[in-house]
Amino acid sequence: MTTDIIARCRVIAAAHAHLDGPLLPVLHAVQESFGHVPVVAYPALAEELGLSAAEIHGVVSFYPDFRTEPGGRRVLRVCRAEACQAMGAAALGEDLKARLGVEWHGTTEDGAVTLEPAYCLGLCACAPAALVDDRPVGRVTADRLERLAREGSA
Amino acid sequence: MSLTLYLPLDAAALALGADEVAAALQAEARARGLDLVLKRTGTRGMVWLEPLLEIEEDGVRMGFGPLGPADVPALFDGAFEDHPKALGPVEQIPFFARQTRLAFARCGIVEPLDLDAYRAHGGMKGLERAMTMTPEEIVAEITASGLRGRGGAGFPTGIKWQTVLEAEGARKAVVCNADEGDSGTFADRMLIEGDPFCLIEGMAICARAVGADRGYVYMRSEYPQAIAMLDASLRVAREAGILGDHFDIEDRVGAGSYVCGEETALLNSMEGKRGIVRPKPPLPAHKGFMGRPTVVNNLITLASVPAILSEGAEHYRSFGLGRSLGTVPLQIAGNVRYGGLFEAAFGMTIGELVEGVCGGTASGRPVKAVQIGGPLGAYFPRSLFDTPLGYEECDAAGGLIGHAGLVVFDDTVEMGAMARFAMEFCAVESCGTCTPCRIGAVRGMETIDRILAGDPAAPAILADLCETMRAGSLCALGGFTPYPVESALRHFPEDFGGAREAAE
Repeated sequence: MTTDIIARCRVIAAAHAHLDGPLLPVLHAVQESFGHVPVVAYPALAEELGLSAAEIHGVVSFYPDFRTEPGGRRVLRVCRAEACQAMGAAALGEDLKARLGVEWHGTTEDGAVTLEPAYCLGLCACAPAALVDDRPVGRVTADRLERLAREGSA
Repeated sequence: MSLTLYLPLDAAALALGADEVAAALQAEARARGLDLVLKRTGTRGMVWLEPLLEIEEDGVRMGFGPLGPADVPALFDGAFEDHPKALGPVEQIPFFARQTRLAFARCGIVEPLDLDAYRAHGGMKGLERAMTMTPEEIVAEITASGLRGRGGAGFPTGIKWQTVLEAEGARKAVVCNADEGDSGTFADRMLIEGDPFCLIEGMAICARAVGADRGYVYMRSEYPQAIAMLDASLRVAREAGILGDHFDIEDRVGAGSYVCGEETALLNSMEGKRGIVRPKPPLPAHKGFMGRPTVVNNLITLASVPAILSEGAEHYRSFGLGRSLGTVPLQIAGNVRYGGLFEAAFGMTIGELVEGVCGGTASGRPVKAVQIGGPLGAYFPRSLFDTPLGYEECDAAGGLIGHAGLVVFDDTVEMGAMARFAMEFCAVESCGTCTPCRIGAVRGMETIDRILAGDPAAPAILADLCETMRAGSLCALGGFTPYPVESALRHFPEDFGGAREAAE
């Protein structure tokens, strides 16, 4: 299993190695494939890209998008920024955390949903807003978001 | 019988159910044996009317919205104009009729990937003219237009291009900063989803002007629809020969870090590093992406370029006020009745826009404050609503125009909590390079908590801390966080409990 992960990560890294500054595209592609960036693959990624494993760790840990453990089957990104706050995002966030029984960045016990804060989704004129995986939703309620997030992921 | 309808595919329209309306339209047309041609455009920017369906009658686009699937059958029943959601000619809706659309001239009208429609609506004329000019002439035209950076800094675009044109380097780059992280802003997203060729044309003109062989668009992972649209438009542009060996564009996607909107952090991120801020000098214009001379421009800056080249610098600078020339896509969001994108000449006052054009709050309660320029921008009270929207004018009123997003709050907002959030946001997003930002933001949260708890010593500490952050931070994240904090405290002392008595 681990050998397979490492081999696939090598292929992904090699496919992007021609780019100037390939690391972010590689990490996005790895996370797309596995749902997270497996720490076991750091040395292989580093070797393919001419970096150190420490540099890979430094970059992965800097960016909020990258996770080193699997997330939920659905990722719910809920905007916490000012425009959404003007339309009740603070209460929405608290309500969602209570309904899902998680804190920000947490995954529900059944592994169905990961709750992530977002700082602006560009949906500020139909606030409060969220992304359910990649699907944008505007003027959301906690009830509707929970339903969308659990749809087909239970 | 064939019927052509237009419906946006912009993320805001999707967020309000445009795909559900599209499915209902297709189903209804099938049931009635109609041959439906459904053209998916960008949005007009009138978000409160989304999903906004349009049909062309005698060359005029008539609108229907906000439309739900339940409104669809009635569309096919009687005369269109009798439909309960009929809005009449879309371009006569006051919010739209009052605009001057230069960068957004085609957005909401054409299908985003239809290059022929792009050309038919004036696209590529700027690039065609640029191809007949020398690099120096192009730069001179941009300088003469008075165009300044639309990301917020307001630096003259012509001077930046001139610097890169004169810089020595075997290879040069054009970087489009589309890392639109400011709350209340969505102009970059809307343009890419609605008229991506406008950006490509602007970047191609810039590349010719400065001698760049590569362009990069730094996108946000929070904008999945925009990323897909940009990628598709790059493929179309390559097939048409607009992009190719002479000049090509790649997209790069960020990973959720706000500070990567700062140009040097953005360059680090593109190079595959942590998105930390670089000290300047060297300027990116001398040593930017991979050490190459690099133009880093905001997306709206680059999207303003085609119209300047096609209509001429004089036309562009005939709009605006003082040193803020041309048009600006104002984005009005939050608790607002008619929210969306309003492109207009610089100079409209805050009050005219928020209350005159946008109808005040969505909740119907009084407007209490408007935050302008994103999370690092100041809160404006009603007493400053006569401030004209321009770079120097907002600055003189103690704020900044930034990327021209306005977030409206009604009288239920607690400004103490908003000030605290500004510090919390800075703490979350700080890249950690400089101490005033990294430590200051955390201490700022604690100090605002003390103020809210009535500690009489805390306001002076916060003032001192803000001064340190402003003067000592490496970039605008730490340097500008005092704007929302201090403006909230200055204009709304009653929301800080004990602070008022302490100050008196």
